[in-house]
Amino acid sequence: MALSRREFFKTSGAGLAAGLLGFSLDPVEAKAQEFSLRYAKETTTICPYCAVGCGMIVHTLGGNLINVEGDPDHPISEGSLCPKGSSILQLRDNKARVTKPLYRAPGAKEWKTVDWDWALDEISKKVKKTRDATFVATSKIKVKEKIGDKEVEKEVEAVVNRTMGIAHVGSAALDNEECYLLQKFLRGLGLVAIEHQARI
Amino acid sequence: MTNHWIDVKNADVVLIMGANPAENHPIAFRWILRAKDNGAKIICVDPRFTRSASKADIYAPLRPGTDIAFLGGMIRHILEKKLYHEESVRNYTNASYLVSPDFRMPGDLNGLFSGYDAKKRAYDPKSWAFQKDADEKVKKDPTLKDPHCVFQLMRKHYSRYTPEMVSSITGTPKETLLKVYETYGSTGKPDRAGTELYAMGWTQHTVGTQNIRAMTIIQMLLGNMGVAGGGINALRGESNVQGSTDHGLLFHLLPGYLPVPSAELPTLEKYIEKYTPKTKDPASANWWGNRNKYITSYLKAIYGAKATKENDFGYAWLPKTDPGMNASWLMIFDGMSRGKYKGFFAWGQNPACSGTNAGKVRKALSTLDWMVTVNLFDNETASFWKGPGVDPAKVKTEVFFLPAAASFEKEGSITNSSRMGQWRTAAIRPLGQSKPDAEIMNDLFFKIRALYAKDGGVTPDPLMNLTWNYGFKRADGTVRSVDVHAVAKEINGYFLDNVEEKPKPGQPAPTEKKLIGKKGELAAGFAQLQADGTTSCGNWLYCQSYNEKGNMMARRVKKDPTGLGLFPEWAWAWPVNRRILYNRASVDLSGKPYNVKKAVIYWNANAVLPDGKLGKWEGDVPDGPWPPMGDEKEGRKPYIMRADGVAAIFGPGLKDGPFPEHYEPLECPLQENLMSKQRTNPASKMFSDGGLPEDVYASCDTRYPYVATTYRVTEHWQTGVLSRNVPWLLELQPRQFVEMGLDLAKEKKIKNGDTVEVSSARGKIEAVAVVTPRFRPFKVAGSTVHGVGLPWCFGWFTPGVGDSANLLTPTAGDANTMIPETKAFMVNITAKG
Repeated sequence: MALSRREFFKTSGAGLAAGLLGFSLDPVEAKAQEFSLRYAKETTTICPYCAVGCGMIVHTLGGNLINVEGDPDHPISEGSLCPKGSSILQLRDNKARVTKPLYRAPGAKEWKTVDWDWALDEISKKVKKTRDATFVATSKIKVKEKIGDKEVEKEVEAVVNRTMGIAHVGSAALDNEECYLLQKFLRGLGLVAIEHQARI
Repeated sequence: MTNHWIDVKNADVVLIMGANPAENHPIAFRWILRAKDNGAKIICVDPRFTRSASKADIYAPLRPGTDIAFLGGMIRHILEKKLYHEESVRNYTNASYLVSPDFRMPGDLNGLFSGYDAKKRAYDPKSWAFQKDADEKVKKDPTLKDPHCVFQLMRKHYSRYTPEMVSSITGTPKETLLKVYETYGSTGKPDRAGTELYAMGWTQHTVGTQNIRAMTIIQMLLGNMGVAGGGINALRGESNVQGSTDHGLLFHLLPGYLPVPSAELPTLEKYIEKYTPKTKDPASANWWGNRNKYITSYLKAIYGAKATKENDFGYAWLPKTDPGMNASWLMIFDGMSRGKYKGFFAWGQNPACSGTNAGKVRKALSTLDWMVTVNLFDNETASFWKGPGVDPAKVKTEVFFLPAAASFEKEGSITNSSRMGQWRTAAIRPLGQSKPDAEIMNDLFFKIRALYAKDGGVTPDPLMNLTWNYGFKRADGTVRSVDVHAVAKEINGYFLDNVEEKPKPGQPAPTEKKLIGKKGELAAGFAQLQADGTTSCGNWLYCQSYNEKGNMMARRVKKDPTGLGLFPEWAWAWPVNRRILYNRASVDLSGKPYNVKKAVIYWNANAVLPDGKLGKWEGDVPDGPWPPMGDEKEGRKPYIMRADGVAAIFGPGLKDGPFPEHYEPLECPLQENLMSKQRTNPASKMFSDGGLPEDVYASCDTRYPYVATTYRVTEHWQTGVLSRNVPWLLELQPRQFVEMGLDLAKEKKIKNGDTVEVSSARGKIEAVAVVTPRFRPFKVAGSTVHGVGLPWCFGWFTPGVGDSANLLTPTAGDANTMIPETKAFMVNITAKG
């Protein structure tokens, strides 16, 4: 009979323990019958912390994340997780998660909750204003040119099309598709000062 | 990683130096232990007796920042004892190349290589060039005996790194050094493999690049490249820092390691000319010869139909740097300190804690007009305006906090340290109003574009001409929600037209026209990309990741046909699903593996191909399909990304010398470098003359007598934003500490658990003293030097945990990469009542 490791644990755990322990397992068995993951949806994912890339199974039920465990099929992690990976349930079940956009006005002492539309409109206006004010279409640079045998240095006006007044840092925690979109968007805005975790 | 996590099990010797995987990559540590179970020897070199050290067969302590001395001594030992893999060195490296007779080395020039300009703090590498004959071919001496050949220069250079000299610099006992050298040197035998695992312990130094080069020289000498259980392996710290680097979130790189264009290259033609290396050697694959295809396909991906042959495929719209302009991390915050930037995005990053000299970074943020932060949790960067010692009323910066979805609340791929892209599907909708980052970018993109469409503005073309076809569009043309699969396909690339096979150079045109791709199809791999605008590809390295066969990154087939743990059908690795890079170096000239028992690839000369030709590679995806190097007609050299096809023991392209040389960290306990008169890296980036009060250094300063280093702990991640906010993890590792040795604690009358103040020339923090034999004093140049260590995962935003260790670290950068030196600096420790 082909039995996966997880199925093996699921089916054999209680019986095995009963034979070895000297006390009643009735309450445990009763609890096991209401196995909390029974109706849960399983989704595989990869750990968001370090770059080992461990496999995980996320269990959701009724719009709630109820369990996270190692993916036993994953060839690198073979079902194990470290303390960080084992705790990602608490990234969801967490009162400190910011769930609405926040705004801090000049000189203000506290954040204010704002609407997405308002925040994005305000940011867009600021990005445009700063881009328009600090955009450099051309730059005077020195280039070396060969005239006959001699190399002569001369100044030329070169096209650079860049925004000087905005910088960006991040992000090694985004998905590949997001990283690609982000560099496309930022370069579309003319940014050159684009950096992230890989530099530090 | 040149190799991959599981492959570590194939090693005979594992050298852990510049990393602490038991702590920071705990689940991957199983593969190190698997190697140990198989009989491998584990060596751990670290200033501190770490969790990795506790599992090692040999532990060697070394003073922070002296890795090149340690490794230089190993190079000397390997050469003296003839432990190197001679055939591999002769055929697959530049050891036989002759260098200009004008070249001089630090042993003759007081610690400098020839060509140094002290005023510019830079080298003119003219004298580092190879000798060439009338045909422009490099002159070689295959006997490796010419005094100007790389091999002999290397021998001469490292002859100064005697065990006695190395020991007095590093503080490593001589017997331990020799034991490490002997053990690791044993992997020079063709049937043995040694792997090296490093991380920030090597990169975060003013000599960071040269630390790694020193090790690559050792790996080339021992023939450890391309083999199972070998390679040089960067253990990356974030889930997708490999992917974010691959996709060009850096000032100097576009996706796929294409350089950001400089203003001196006004046309695409000039760009291609500069960045396409040339070779006359028919045995060199010179893969970067394909640069034109990759840059043109990138421009077609981002500008679509707007990119035409007539407008240079929109090349002018790409932002360009001035020649020599550096906009890397340290320069951004230095510029910000001087009011150079008005707006700033901190997208999924917390520079107020992760940036070296964090006090300078925090102060710099207050010069901004506006800042946008995107994160899951509030943090020291987002709330810098109410940080310690800051009066919010005086900070005029407007700050926006946009809440992002967690990894399991969205769909997409991430690339692990093995270069393996793995697909994640969304398990649950984002919490509250938080949004996947891609949706935030999408909304911002269309809102900004709408402002330009309505009001006009300065040079809108580069923005307005971007393609953005990522799913269902509303009546106004905006994308309602980003289809991540559409982005992944754009990255992979398409045929934009029917593309026919072109005749190979020197061969007659095929009589029958053969289509290699139909218009609208996804490209199968980067060999199909074109330079004439008939293909698009957002990142050539990822071409094949999502093709007509489907999403390769989502594969979950668990087969291991070689038994080496390659798992070729589990997800997908770049490039073209190759699991071990440079694997052509694992075989001899006829394609026979040096280690038959652990063959990564081998040439099957009897295999019959569909076109009737004989011979093909078996095993891993080889570095190109050509026959082995010994085939006189079609054979190729193994290092296909290098124009000359071989690995560079001598590296004339580096800014601080073609051979690694030991220099002291910028802040160090020694008045002098024992090796030469040049104390620190002469080409590293200094900020001391910039006039900012935050940029101070204190070397050999009695006020700061202890060598400090920083590190991470298992229970926290980076600055801690994603772990200090997880109650279980904070409970496990609740506050800032400083590890110190028993002798130092006794001298300072500090007990385990005492609260102490740790200070540097730049700042101070409070920490709990962890008094431990894990730190032992170093005997350096005849005197005793104490080392201490601090984790950098804490910050003021979380009550009661203490502030960031990066308040202590200096602004100083590696000569080649500008990665800051946070792994070796000087501090003082005082007991707090």
